Amino acid sequence: MTKVSEPNPEFTKQVIEGGPGSDTLMLCYQCGTCTASCPSGRLTAFRTRQLIRKAQLGLKDEIMSSEELWLCTTCYTCVERCPREVEITDILFVLRNMAVREGYMAEQHKKIGENMLRIGATIPFGEETKKLRVRMGLPENPPTTVGNKKAMDDFRKVMEECGFDKLMKGGKS
Amino acid sequence: MPHKFAFFLGCVAPLRYPGIELATREIMKAMGVELTELEGAGCCPAPGVIRSFDQTTWLALAARNLALAEAQKVDIMTICNGCYGSMFEANHILQHHPKEFKKVNDVLAKIGMKYSGTIKVRHFAEVLYRDIGMDMIKAQVKNPLNFNVGVHYGCHFVKPTRVKQLDDPEKPKILDELVEVTGAKSINYRDKMMCCGAGGGVRSRDASTALRMTEEKLKNLKAVNVQMIVDVCPFCHLQYDRSQKDLPGYNIPVVHLSQLYGMAFGMPREKLGLDAHETKFNL
Repeated sequence: MTKVSEPNPEFTKQVIEGGPGSDTLMLCYQCGTCTASCPSGRLTAFRTRQLIRKAQLGLKDEIMSSEELWLCTTCYTCVERCPREVEITDILFVLRNMAVREGYMAEQHKKIGENMLRIGATIPFGEETKKLRVRMGLPENPPTTVGNKKAMDDFRKVMEECGFDKLMKGGKS
Repeated sequence: MPHKFAFFLGCVAPLRYPGIELATREIMKAMGVELTELEGAGCCPAPGVIRSFDQTTWLALAARNLALAEAQKVDIMTICNGCYGSMFEANHILQHHPKEFKKVNDVLAKIGMKYSGTIKVRHFAEVLYRDIGMDMIKAQVKNPLNFNVGVHYGCHFVKPTRVKQLDDPEKPKILDELVEVTGAKSINYRDKMMCCGAGGGVRSRDASTALRMTEEKLKNLKAVNVQMIVDVCPFCHLQYDRSQKDLPGYNIPVVHLSQLYGMAFGMPREKLGLDAHETKFNL
């Protein structure tokens, strides 16, 4: 269930200062071009204009716990068409980052994070593909973090320095 | 001057569709482009998921990849819209936001690395179009193709245009021209610029929503009787290819532009890895 929350001006300020591009938040005048352009909104309850309005008003709890926050495919159609040049996708990233820090993260997404910490890739590397690579005349492992211990240690160290490993264990870092 | 790039493989091509990796290596060699190995490169990292989880981690991991190429003094070339989107945008942020630049370099210092901001991030299709050119490509076409093709641009090849400045976001033409130089015909279809549905972490979190978006695209592609979908992104490729297991009746094979060029340049079919596709290629 969606929680109803009081406007929180401090939250709005945090969004505006949250990352590159999110300082365009208050430029939005609610024309709705974004919602009308959204391929996800065609099929789901995701309403881009409403999300931006909630962020302007500081309705923190409603945004943080909402399922819709995760229905944007980051296709940038709304950004291209926005007459006010609001960096909608940048704002969405800031909001999602905040939700993750609050502990709102899907189990499937945690698995991707864990895979990153394990092999430096978003997807697992199966035996079948290894065999296929060899059959095709490619090396069994690609020259990436996969199968390269030093590179993987470095990659993991970068994530740990940023607190990513703790974030994957439940946020609030 | 000869063209030389650090080849960024990403995750989905080498770990799911190695045919895309091999086809790219072969076609670039045929056109005299030298590809260096980016030893130890990691995930770009994926824009839809990792950037959604934590932008600092996203930026720092991207900077590590950029620093690996910078050490070789060559620009990065990707074969994936996701990798292109992530590293291009991360590079743009690092080059324009001194605070982020410092923060990220403080992290890289812990692994003895540094990024100075001198590298360009390139997409292989854009390299083909702008650096290599139609004449050179045409000269390599040994088997002119006569397929009717539905081109899928994906989202992060030309967008966001404010930083990419590559082509029109509503009616681009680069990929259509790159496809037609092989002899194939690019057929227009409804909502051609619409997303495949996989991005933004939607495929992993809410597979059924992603699938419904993919079905919209497949319906529109089927309505104009294309023989295949041509993409420039292994993740869109995966979404179209694997979704058709759950969406019977379409049977539209999915081919990455590098694989299409492989066919046109006369590479043996088995080197294109088309057998590994879920949606069988019978043309």
